[in-house]
Amino acid sequence: MSTQLRERVRGVVGESAPRIDGVPKVKGTFAYGSDLWHERMLWGATLRSPHPHARIRRIEVGDAVAAPGVHAVLTADDVPGKKLYGLEFADTPVLAWDRVLYAGQPVAIVAAETPELARRAVARIVVEYEVLPAVTDMERALDPAAPKLHEWGNVLRHVRIEHGDPDAEAEVWVEGYYETAMQDQAPLGPEAGLAIPAEDGGVDLIVSTQWLHVDRQQIAPCLGLPEEKVRLTLAGVGGAFGSREDLHMQIHACLLALYTNRPVKMSYDRRESFLAHVHRHPSRIWMRTGASREGKLVNVRARLLIDGGAFASSSPAVIGNATTFAAGPYEVPNALIEGTAVYTNNPPCGAMRGFGAPQVCFAHEAQMDRLARELGIDPIELRLMNAVHTGSVLPTGQVVRGSAPVREVIELARSASLPPEPEPPPMRHPMTLPGGAGNVGRGEGLRRGVGFAVGYKNIAYSEGFDDFHQARVTLAAGPGGPVVEVHSAGVECGQGFSTVLAQVARTELGVDRVTLHAADTQLDSAGSTSASRQTLMGGGAVQLACAAVRQELFDRARSRVGVTGALSLADGWVLAEGVRAVEIADLLETPITATRTFHHRRTTPLDERGQGDVHVMFAFAAQRAVVEVDVELGLVRVVQVVSAIDAGRAINPQAVEGQSEGGTAQGLGLAVMEELQLRDGVIANASFTDYLIPTILDMPPVRTEIVEVPEPDVPFGAKGVGEHATIVSTAAIVAAIRDATGRELNRAPVRPDDVVGLRLPASSASWPPAPDVPGQEPLPAYHGVARGQSALTQSS
Amino acid sequence: MRVTVTINGVERTADVEPRLLLVHLIREVFELTGTHIGCDTTSCGACTVLLDGMPVKSCTLFGVQADGHEITTVEGLVQGGQLHPIQAAFKEEHGLQCGYCTPGMMLVAKALLERNPTPSDEEVRWAISGNICRCTGYVNIVKAIQAAGNAMAAPTASAAASA
Repeated sequence: MSTQLRERVRGVVGESAPRIDGVPKVKGTFAYGSDLWHERMLWGATLRSPHPHARIRRIEVGDAVAAPGVHAVLTADDVPGKKLYGLEFADTPVLAWDRVLYAGQPVAIVAAETPELARRAVARIVVEYEVLPAVTDMERALDPAAPKLHEWGNVLRHVRIEHGDPDAEAEVWVEGYYETAMQDQAPLGPEAGLAIPAEDGGVDLIVSTQWLHVDRQQIAPCLGLPEEKVRLTLAGVGGAFGSREDLHMQIHACLLALYTNRPVKMSYDRRESFLAHVHRHPSRIWMRTGASREGKLVNVRARLLIDGGAFASSSPAVIGNATTFAAGPYEVPNALIEGTAVYTNNPPCGAMRGFGAPQVCFAHEAQMDRLARELGIDPIELRLMNAVHTGSVLPTGQVVRGSAPVREVIELARSASLPPEPEPPPMRHPMTLPGGAGNVGRGEGLRRGVGFAVGYKNIAYSEGFDDFHQARVTLAAGPGGPVVEVHSAGVECGQGFSTVLAQVARTELGVDRVTLHAADTQLDSAGSTSASRQTLMGGGAVQLACAAVRQELFDRARSRVGVTGALSLADGWVLAEGVRAVEIADLLETPITATRTFHHRRTTPLDERGQGDVHVMFAFAAQRAVVEVDVELGLVRVVQVVSAIDAGRAINPQAVEGQSEGGTAQGLGLAVMEELQLRDGVIANASFTDYLIPTILDMPPVRTEIVEVPEPDVPFGAKGVGEHATIVSTAAIVAAIRDATGRELNRAPVRPDDVVGLRLPASSASWPPAPDVPGQEPLPAYHGVARGQSALTQSS
Repeated sequence: MRVTVTINGVERTADVEPRLLLVHLIREVFELTGTHIGCDTTSCGACTVLLDGMPVKSCTLFGVQADGHEITTVEGLVQGGQLHPIQAAFKEEHGLQCGYCTPGMMLVAKALLERNPTPSDEEVRWAISGNICRCTGYVNIVKAIQAAGNAMAAPTASAAASA
């Protein structure tokens, strides 16, 4: 018995296997982009626009070129290939010419011997700007009289979903208006990378990113190089959360490296990081929810507006998501939901954990609470009464075909025991009071509140995308037994994806020693590490490749050893009819390799009525938050969060908990503290002293409940879990603050002024008009702007 | 200016500009890149090292201020080829995700646990309140520190993981 236990392969699917990158990360040897170094390396620096909208009259680089230690000063004129790039549409200049459209937009780049000399040279570049009127309000952007950012206007995409009879009358209506702020991903590791010119005229780039192949697809045309001459390898990623989906320093470092024929490193400081990556879209949402007296939803009318900033980034997909999820995970027979992403002269917004879902969850959950109050029904019962289930029809007409344990997540989140009532203020340590370390109160005016939220989101890319993942698996003999080598271009950002791949390989091949190859562009694309998709896609690709390897192993066992019957693998052995027949190691005189590509089920675009089978599958989450509010000081302490996560199947339960807890922290941030503050389009708080993110003193204990109802027809029944908690926690925490204070609080984050009533609720005069658009596609598509990532996914 | 420090038990001397921050001395002159830079404003704690056993944010000191002092960085935690119990616990308890804050967190934990091997939740929370983690939500970091404390208090019971 004990022998068997020792020999059993550990770290398989379903176990909380230790992280495969744990040792280098605790030893400090894991090399992040900012740690890269090369002989004769130069440092790059960037000159960025101080204006949200201006015409460039003249750029004078002479003084900078003549500065000590400077090897290159490049402007748009020096870009040898295409001058525009972009994740979905190529509308973003590598370096600005003619006009700048946001404060922070790159205008010129410098390579010099040291970072200090590079920065000093940047300061010597003279740019003469003619400041133009800026559009910094998303509703103003819709005004036909507003300045136009692009030739096709200020509308980036307008999505219209008509479902059932949008004019259907209901017995009870509630109406609300909601706003969420611009949030920053604030990964702790800033953007960084190293470009090394190669002898073949190409370039090797080592960089912290989320999708190596779509980076390369954007970089190569701007360098005037074929893709095969641009080779990317992943550097250590210090968190991402969407911020690394778009390019940051990639093209700039490559341009400088090719120009100087020297390796060039670029590594942003925190301020530049805030300027250089996209943010979570601020949103404005108008919503009317109609129901019967008994509480059955009848109709949802919603109007969504998100601020995409100056360039497209992934805003078209974000507004697609937000619009399709706006009614919440509820059965609604009739709906009219319209969502618009607009261009403004604000910093570009794009991917951040949740990708449009947290904003609409904030609105639809507040609506459910309003409706419950109006009807006199318990708000959780109201949610249960309307929750979608397998077979439900969504506003897009899509039928939920997979697992949909909405009732389960709701029941688990609500039934967890509440935290004990606190001791009366005089007995309490002041650190435990709202405002804690600030020592600002003695517990006068404390009120406790409980809030609840349910939400959902898609896994993997939608609307017809084929975001495949390729993986290669090699099984070879090693000195200590067989070793599995797994190679994929999939990016580990910290969430534990590479450990999942190792667990899948161990499970499929019955071998415990797994080596992961560095992620690079030698293989085909793995798709992005986003949309909670890599467990599904990477796990699927490794499973397919392992199945092919296993088949070859069985063939060898049959032909060389003569085993017969049904074969399987376990703990380093080939089993015949369940009995050990031959050791795997004895069949590996030559290694076995297989490369396989996993595709998810195909989806369709939205048709002219906003109908379609648009999403691959759905993941659901519910949270209950308990807060304590000092209603005199306006301070909030989150006391407890219970987070119920629909995982399909938890490949690594401890990692699922980590996603739940970390995702809750980011949702808490948007609920009570995180907001990029813009003054006339300029970020006013681009530092960690001014942009506050939760410390441990802001975080409550998070209790995670994992619901495992396997998704049919996907590897192990597993759904991704990267975004669940973030989708619902902002909504749940703000609901708890409403419960404690009785105030409307329709804007996130909630500020002290909102809590004490010094600031009125956010308000809006009227629902904005729908723009005149040719269809559901993003506007650049109708104007022939070159496609970005979708071209990659469709051509392969 | 000449600066001599004992870093991870090894005496090192360098001739540096007085304006050079300690974090740059460690990362660029001594080439120990396990100490990270997250914010430049003393907010995040990714650059935390121990100065004579006390956690300090190395972006807030000049290199020359460390002259004559002992510095411990993450690279100094491994002992005799074995992970320090704090390193083993962060690895085992998923006390890290992206790992960028981890060296700073572990060094703060070391200073705490050497003083108090069995800290309460509140004591751990207070100790790491100057260090930001953007990934984990902190729950597993607290677990890791408490597990490490138990392992350090009863070293025979802890199966030290191999480095």
